[in-house]
Amino acid sequence: MAEAASATVREAITTVGNDGVKKRDMLKLITGSAAVIGVGAIAWPLIDSMNPAKDVLAMASVEVDLTPVQDGQGITVVWRGKPIFVRKRTENEIKEARSVAVSSLIDPQTDVARVKDGHAQWLVVVGICTHLGCVPLGNKLSDPRGDYGGWFCPCHGSQYDTSGRVRKGPAPANLAVPPYVFANDTRIRIG
Amino acid sequence: MAGLHKSDFANPVVNWIDTRLPIFTMMQKEYGAFPTPKNFNYFWNFGALAMISLAIMIVTGVVLAMNYAANTSLAFDSVERIMRDVNYGWLIRYVHQNGASMFFVVVYIHIFRALYYGSYKAPRELLFMLGVVIFLLMMATAFMGYVLPWGQMSYWGATVITNLFSAIPFVGDSIVTWLLGGFSLDNPTLNRFFSLHYLLPFMITGVVFLHIVALHITGSNNPLGIDVKTPQDTLPFHPYYTTKDSIGVVVFLLVFASFVFFAPDFFNETDNYVPANPLVTPPHIVPQWYFLPFYAILRAVPNKLGGVILMFSSIAVLFVLPWLDTSPVRSARFRPIYRPLMFVLVAAFLTLGVVGAKPPEGIWVVLGRIATAYYFLHFLVLLPLLGKIERPLPLPESIARPVIRRTPDHTGGGGPMPQGATAKPMEKP
Repeated sequence: MAEAASATVREAITTVGNDGVKKRDMLKLITGSAAVIGVGAIAWPLIDSMNPAKDVLAMASVEVDLTPVQDGQGITVVWRGKPIFVRKRTENEIKEARSVAVSSLIDPQTDVARVKDGHAQWLVVVGICTHLGCVPLGNKLSDPRGDYGGWFCPCHGSQYDTSGRVRKGPAPANLAVPPYVFANDTRIRIG
Repeated sequence: MAGLHKSDFANPVVNWIDTRLPIFTMMQKEYGAFPTPKNFNYFWNFGALAMISLAIMIVTGVVLAMNYAANTSLAFDSVERIMRDVNYGWLIRYVHQNGASMFFVVVYIHIFRALYYGSYKAPRELLFMLGVVIFLLMMATAFMGYVLPWGQMSYWGATVITNLFSAIPFVGDSIVTWLLGGFSLDNPTLNRFFSLHYLLPFMITGVVFLHIVALHITGSNNPLGIDVKTPQDTLPFHPYYTTKDSIGVVVFLLVFASFVFFAPDFFNETDNYVPANPLVTPPHIVPQWYFLPFYAILRAVPNKLGGVILMFSSIAVLFVLPWLDTSPVRSARFRPIYRPLMFVLVAAFLTLGVVGAKPPEGIWVVLGRIATAYYFLHFLVLLPLLGKIERPLPLPESIARPVIRRTPDHTGGGGPMPQGATAKPMEKP
């Protein structure tokens, strides 16, 4: 009885159907897919555990008081473990940043798009060179600021202008502008 | 097939074990009687030296880990504590730190040996590729190990290297965040680097095992680059090469000890004795010396993605080297054009090493580009061409008879040649 049943099963899975597909092909496919999905499901927690943890993400916003910053001066604050440059630009520096032909830039972007409306004095950028992650010099008045009056990266010689835009390689992109809002005229919240 | 092994060992205990687990028979076969070409020169010591280096690194590393704390607030101080308070901590750390450099010196010479004597050619392609895998694992291990003391160079070197991956289009930034476990190099990064730095040496050991198994299947290459033909061409590994390797080991340890005791910080950067500061980049970041040639290739093109691709290609090209070199002759001794080009390659590589340590300006940029161009030209253009245009010198008949009888009419030109001395492709075993 049992033998007859198993013979029937064997026949069913090895019989080639009208479309040329054996039942066994389907079974192999289903088993294989289940194994792949299973391995993926097991691997994902391991892979994702290496992404930023919740406590790292929780430190994602920081408030900065702008009152002590003088014209032309920059301060560095830490956000997500990265240095953030907050610079109060002088009239000349703003004029300089806005008089450049945008199309001539390595990473074309207007100065207006990089600051908040009505707060053109304040430039807030992530102080990490977009080349290989060094911290550019120039936030302190005593630092070298490069040929464009912004920042100068000591590692591989990239230069940024007073809008934090890259003007001389090897960096491929402008200093990133982090997400931030003006809580009031003298306070910003980054993140 | 199951069944007990018939052991020939007389000692009853050894025999009892060997019958059940023929490990003594295996050692006798692979390291005792193992037939080895009789004409090895001292370049053939470097495999054994690499093995010893790996063992030294694992032993000192395991002991160091007992006193090291993988936490950003403790790491730097725990290393200083090892140096000052732990009994012989200074010695163990200096051996480990200089051991990394020694390991790379040995491996670079080992790779040179393989290139010069054509050890990567059939049938040893896979053996060579496994070697390249070991080299890659070594670089990953060394890189992560350098981060652990959490000095300024640790921090900024790691920042620069992990940021290489941000050059990948679209997913680059997510990959960097994933590698770091945060938005910048921080505690999660240090923890995982320590974990991997402990793991990878054992993976290296595993690949070394495969490397040696493959070696014992194909047999060793030799300075003449011709196949072993008769038993007269070989010697048993023990005692001949155990002795020859021992001499190399003694010299190697002398050099090693000289650095450890008389110039322990010779390979180190002073900046790494300053604790890591995420807000201040040192004015001049340099990687450890063994990465300098690749760092120079990275900087040779003024384009981020291009530089990264070029750097990875410089190692990837080694994986296809057995198929790029079209000449059937292995040893450079019999390749009149390949031989000088090999020295040009070494010169280019050393130049890259010097350029990598200099700031990227002026003459160094030009030199770096020329050397990088030659590096790729050598592998991708010259090697495939040479097999077609180069006329190899006559190969010796066998290892046992390396000197070809020079008859008056054989002057190396087109005249008649002694039997078996023509430059014909070697037969495959």
